[in-house]
Amino acid sequence: MSDGDLATPFRERATRALGDRFLQEALTIATTKFITLRQEAFGDYPEGEALRDRARAIKEATLQHLDEHLERLIDNVERRGGHVHYASTAEDARRIVLDIARQSGARLAVKSKSMATEEIHLNEALQAAGVTPIETDLGEYIIQLAHERPSHIIAPAIHKTKGQVAELFARELKRETRPDPEMLTRIAREELREKFLQADLGITGANFAVAETGTVVLVTNEGNGRMATSLPRVHVAVMGVEKVVPSMTDLAVFLAILAKSATGQKLSVYTSLVDGPRRGGELEGPEEFHLVLLDNGRIKQIAGTLREALYCLRCGACLNVCPVYRQIGGHAYGYTYPGPIGILLTAMLEGPASVKDLAHASSLCGACADACPVRIDIPRMLIELRKDVADKRIAPWSERLVFGAFGWLLRHPRLYRLGAPIARLLQRPFTRGGRIQRLPLFFGSWTRTRDLPPVAARTFQERWAELERSR
Amino acid sequence: MVTCLGDMFYPEVGERIVRLLRRLGVTVEFPAGQTCCGLPLFNSGHHAEAAAVARRTVSLFDGAEHVVVPSGSCAWMVKHEYPGLMADAAGRAAAERVSARTSELSQFLVNTLGRRRFHSAVEGPITYHDSCHLLRGLHESQSPRTLLRDLAGARFVELAGADECCGFGGSFSVRLPAVSTAILDKKLANVEASGATCVVACDAGCLMQMRGGLSRRGSRVRALHLAEVLDPDRDAS
Repeated sequence: MSDGDLATPFRERATRALGDRFLQEALTIATTKFITLRQEAFGDYPEGEALRDRARAIKEATLQHLDEHLERLIDNVERRGGHVHYASTAEDARRIVLDIARQSGARLAVKSKSMATEEIHLNEALQAAGVTPIETDLGEYIIQLAHERPSHIIAPAIHKTKGQVAELFARELKRETRPDPEMLTRIAREELREKFLQADLGITGANFAVAETGTVVLVTNEGNGRMATSLPRVHVAVMGVEKVVPSMTDLAVFLAILAKSATGQKLSVYTSLVDGPRRGGELEGPEEFHLVLLDNGRIKQIAGTLREALYCLRCGACLNVCPVYRQIGGHAYGYTYPGPIGILLTAMLEGPASVKDLAHASSLCGACADACPVRIDIPRMLIELRKDVADKRIAPWSERLVFGAFGWLLRHPRLYRLGAPIARLLQRPFTRGGRIQRLPLFFGSWTRTRDLPPVAARTFQERWAELERSR
Repeated sequence: MVTCLGDMFYPEVGERIVRLLRRLGVTVEFPAGQTCCGLPLFNSGHHAEAAAVARRTVSLFDGAEHVVVPSGSCAWMVKHEYPGLMADAAGRAAAERVSARTSELSQFLVNTLGRRRFHSAVEGPITYHDSCHLLRGLHESQSPRTLLRDLAGARFVELAGADECCGFGGSFSVRLPAVSTAILDKKLANVEASGATCVVACDAGCLMQMRGGLSRRGSRVRALHLAEVLDPDRDAS
């Protein structure tokens, strides 16, 4: 299942985004700010680099024995009175959450920000089943009001300017507004407070789950995670299976680098450790706690080419530094997870055919791998995906023909050298003043916006004999 | 190794490198039959073809003491990807030999030859764009800067966002031309704001992209290869 307007080819979606003045303004401001904050946070933190290595090593080791860690997690959650459900597919996960909602008679659910529930398209399913979901993260709240999807992993409304949010609030909430972040936040807070008190169901994701204690960990900045897990009678957390970490010590490693990578904060404002339902003598917490473990294509990739994508902490750092994301924003990608890591996750969830164009939506500049807190080699896996797309003949035959012929030519130097005189002949009508400004067919993709140098009157190979003599 | 773009479009760069290296006492050979390193094939996922090209290139260069490549991405391909593309042990060993002896031009000048002082062949100020493969693939940001900072006769200025991609990305530049150009526009805005009269890069791909954009917008700033700003005939040290 996919979002957005996938009937339009990716290239057109991207071009449309380039022409959206508001999007361009919002993206430039937000990503530049995130980049600077992240650099400053790690600049002040010399042990950061070693912790990134450590975090990566923990992820690697945990995936080696994922089954054992999950079993331990399940045992400990159940020991503390929680229920654990295993969902092989997105459909399973939706059904599980709907069953819980039905059994508890829920009509209103408050949600804290969760990409896993976006991935399984939970809101639509809840709505259809008569349960109203309310997003309580400010960014998520904004896009829910606008009937949109997140365009960034941690900053879902990054594509909106404050002016657009003010207009949206005025229209949807019938409130008097100004494009003033403080005022807009206060309005959202007032609206949401009521919902927290009325809700029967709290739905969250999970940033981590600690196997040795059965603790689900939520990292938020607005405190809405705490409200969603303590006020409603029932709490459901939906979590990708790869989010389990063995111990509290391991958790500390991740917490030390997650917020720095995401927003440049030392720690996020709230780190909530959820230990299952309320027990005797406790003053807060839900009566019921459910943990939904989501596979949805992940387990298969433990031994697959996309394995490293399972290390992802969902910090969004790779989006902020990606030159392509910074130009087109998240929606143009068309799926739940945008940006460089999003292409990998989309391939994981939807199969390689879904990314035949997206796999090429990268200049392979490597900024993503550099920014990733667990050093996921995203460019490498994008190349692997391209290979997959080429090998499985998902790529168009024309492309396979062109690259096949090119590869053949590179192995036949004599014919290869004929390329220069032929090109010199063909380029003659197009060359003016030592540059080519307009070429027909496929070559126009370059010359529409950039000049092309003509093939030199004498190539280096053609000059070499002379150079050799002049020695 | 002259690289395909260098051979076809910028032969004068190769020529200058030959002159420069000869003056520094290096014997320059040019194995006949060079084509392209295969990076475009590799990056687009056509690995069987890339492997065949890599095997050929390795056999051409296996006898050399040093392999100097005037382009970060091609150097990265040879150093980083060739060994892994070889299925057999002998091929792999040969690729590893060549890999170990390969360096990008600025690395060869600074690290291998220990030469840092050159005369400028252009008027400054000069700024520098980090090519992605050289910077993040070969982890090289200092050698080109060392050469440019120490350049006699021209001032070096840092470029804002020097480490950001120019938008070339090989086939990316024609698969998504509008996005590629938008990224380029940002780069060129930074270049123009730097006050430099020329931006230096160590990669033929970035040069083609930046020159294409500068020339289209009628800019007076020039994008030059490192070898074009090092005077091959004058000694500054």
